[in-house]
Amino acid sequence: MKTLEEINKIREEKRKELDLRVNTKADTREKHILVCHGTGCTSSKSPKILENFRKIIEEKKIENVRVIMTGCFGLCAKGPIVIIRPEDTFYSNVTPDDCEEIIQTHIIEGKTVDRLLCKDIDGKIVNSLDELNFYKKQKRIALKNCGVINPECIDEYIAFDGYKALEKVLKSMTPDEVIDILNKSGLRGRGGAGFPTGKKWSFTKGYQADQKYVVCNADEGDPGAFMDRSILEGDPHSVLESMIIAGYTIGASKGYIYVRAEYPIAVKRFQKAIDQAREYGILGKNIFDSGFDFDVEVRLGAGAFVCGEETALLESIEGKRGQPRVKPPFPAECGLWGKPTLINNVETYANITRIILEGADWYSSIGTETSKGTKVFALGGNVNNIGLVEVPMGTTLREIVFDIGGGIPNNRSFKAAQTGGPSGGCIPSEHLDTPIDYESLKQIGSMMGSGGLIVMDDTKCMPSLAKFYLDFTVSESCGKCTPCRIGTKRMHEILEKICNGQGTLEDLDKLEKLAVNIQRGSVCGLGQSAPNPVISTLKYFRDEFVEHVVDKNCRTLECKALSKIVINKEKCKGCGLCQKNCPVNAIEGAAREIRYINQDKCIKCGTCLTKCPFHAIGN
Amino acid sequence: MGETKRCPGCTGKDPFLEELCKKYEPIKDNLIQMLNEVQEHYGYVPTKAQQALSDYLKVPMAEIYGVITFYSRFTLKPKGKYNVAVCLGTACFVKGSQKIMDRLKERLKIEAGETTKDGKFSIEETRCVGACGLAPVFTVNGEVYGKATVQKLDQVLDELGEKE
Ligand SMILES: Cc1cc2nc3c(=O)[nH]c(=O)nc-3n(C[C@H](O)[C@H](O)[C@H](O)COP(=O)(O)O)c2cc1C
Ligand code: SF4
Ligand code: SF4
Ligand code: SF4
Ligand code: FES
Ligand code: FES
Repeated sequence: MKTLEEINKIREEKRKELDLRVNTKADTREKHILVCHGTGCTSSKSPKILENFRKIIEEKKIENVRVIMTGCFGLCAKGPIVIIRPEDTFYSNVTPDDCEEIIQTHIIEGKTVDRLLCKDIDGKIVNSLDELNFYKKQKRIALKNCGVINPECIDEYIAFDGYKALEKVLKSMTPDEVIDILNKSGLRGRGGAGFPTGKKWSFTKGYQADQKYVVCNADEGDPGAFMDRSILEGDPHSVLESMIIAGYTIGASKGYIYVRAEYPIAVKRFQKAIDQAREYGILGKNIFDSGFDFDVEVRLGAGAFVCGEETALLESIEGKRGQPRVKPPFPAECGLWGKPTLINNVETYANITRIILEGADWYSSIGTETSKGTKVFALGGNVNNIGLVEVPMGTTLREIVFDIGGGIPNNRSFKAAQTGGPSGGCIPSEHLDTPIDYESLKQIGSMMGSGGLIVMDDTKCMPSLAKFYLDFTVSESCGKCTPCRIGTKRMHEILEKICNGQGTLEDLDKLEKLAVNIQRGSVCGLGQSAPNPVISTLKYFRDEFVEHVVDKNCRTLECKALSKIVINKEKCKGCGLCQKNCPVNAIEGAAREIRYINQDKCIKCGTCLTKCPFHAIGN
Repeated sequence: MGETKRCPGCTGKDPFLEELCKKYEPIKDNLIQMLNEVQEHYGYVPTKAQQALSDYLKVPMAEIYGVITFYSRFTLKPKGKYNVAVCLGTACFVKGSQKIMDRLKERLKIEAGETTKDGKFSIEETRCVGACGLAPVFTVNGEVYGKATVQKLDQVLDELGEKE
């Protein structure tokens, strides 16, 4: 147990001690070696890097150097990442074997290890994080502490204004005042639908009951998205703190966070945060002597996309199959075990402490007319800087993909971006300049979703992509409504036919009709939005579908039955390189003569395309 | 509560299940939490565990089966000594992970969710392991292989002693 005074003292002392984390001119002789322990870097051996650093430091008896684990720095593509503070030197693609040299050269001799410095897309070598184009247009609110603090240490969280918002709320604000700030801030739910958060809190507060619940939705089922997971891994206390504030505001004494068991690091760090908060008396009875009680428990999900839907999630917490309930009644009235329940997304919570501390005006000055604040995206696919980015609402897709993301690798060109995962749509290049917010994305046939943003280059086949998403929804449909269960299967079959070269023009119409039926006849958002990836690809890339069904041609190599690789006779110089590299000996022709491809043998692996020095091979 | 907290299905038979029942109250809400621990411990959910949970939580076997089959993490068959999981999340798919999956099935001659006859290998389909920066990825018993190619998969399988 700690009193408020004790916590405030920790804050003051720790903040001084940790000034070097955020201030390159900090007055200190200490150095902190920060080693990223997000899931991305952890899977490329960052724990071993941390261990090696500690071992070397101990062996060499080096003083004033600490090695700290942090959450994701954002630029996962360059991982594992090591940053040395206060000078803010940014080392990328570090291996456990590099530790010795970093300690010797950087720490002991005071020089940088040039070979490990990061190269920006323009080839410029950067010394520090802030110099990277990747960070220039970002604004970090929800990710403020990610990569700065040790997520497993409550004192470090407290140092950077942690639990100060909770103190402010418990000591000086009424529940209505909290709701008022949220309303004025313009914060909307980050889980996909964008419902105004203040309004939701106010509804849930309005219902009388002997017990109410606060729930955090950390299911994050969009395949290829890792925003929420990264927040829990990098700054779990910020979510926990806001859940406690929510409990006070709506009148709940119990909270649950629903996380997938498949995200073990997030689960572990959040559990640790709960344990530490309990130890400090920040969870439990009579928090900060205010008479308010609150506790939180972790509930594990087990990999079902539909469980991200709020009512299915409630079923799952109750130990059942996660089948959505019919709404209304909404969870605000009748949720967990029939009691009023507030459900918000991880990132939504992560914004709230800052709003309380900095005020509604500050928050609502960021963003667009209808969408305030920032949004975190998991940027992935055919883009150079794969990673976690947080940008003000209203940033254009072009800025995200090209300025922050560094553009498309391998000299390919941008074809489309996909937001909203299996519920969202494809955005073609003509809409690259759309300022991103809830409304504009909907207008162009996609949606904000929870923040997955996948970039595709011109080697990607759009009918195949639509098929990929439908394959996902077919396997994730809970089976309760026939249009969703059977309809998505039909759509998938048709897409399969199209990709195999057996599709017809009528099939395209059939897809459109099925889409409408599924949208109308489904109980939950999964079915209602399942056709979106098909509708949007059909809308923007119809000619590609027509090519598949009429010309029986796929312009990429993805539909094996429809693509054809040929050697251009005019360009071929007969060097034979392609022949040497073909894994199935499909390329024929005598030495120094023009080669040709035996179509019966070719498996369309694409190897020869990249090997020909004269660009004579194409599809 | 002391009385009812005994687990009739497993007492004295399986120390793991016995411990598990001690850890949780015998209420139905705990079913998924307990199944997660069972899956973690055995690598699948064996019939004896289903029976034990059914007795302990007073949930019919059919309902337990329904819950197990609903969630993709729970499996009814033991995994192979080497469980090879290919990520088919969007970020990996866009970078060609389907080709890796196809190759894996071709080499092991089994489908996703199956185990080879000798029990040595099994194939799993995952959706985003959180290492999208390394896409495409596959894992062997949880160890991540990033920036994967068909050649890399072949090499790893060869090293693990898979004969073509
Ligand atoms: C199929 C489906 C999947 C969803 N998955 C998630 C998810 O993974 N995480 C999430 O926060 N919300 C998800 N949602 C949205 C939730 O139902 C709910 O709107 C959200 O958690 C509310 O929180 P917010 O207001 O803070 O956004 C999903 C909805 C549907 C229909
Ligand atoms: S729309 Fe699909 S996922 Fe949603 S309840 Fe109906 S069948 Fe289940
Ligand atoms: S695409 Fe692959 S299989 Fe076909 S000719 Fe080229 S190298 Fe050979
Ligand atoms: S590599 Fe190119 S130039 Fe050389 S033989 Fe093949 S097609 Fe002709
Ligand atoms: S996980 Fe290390 S930078 Fe993202
Ligand atoms: S999509 Fe494969 S790791 Fe994220």
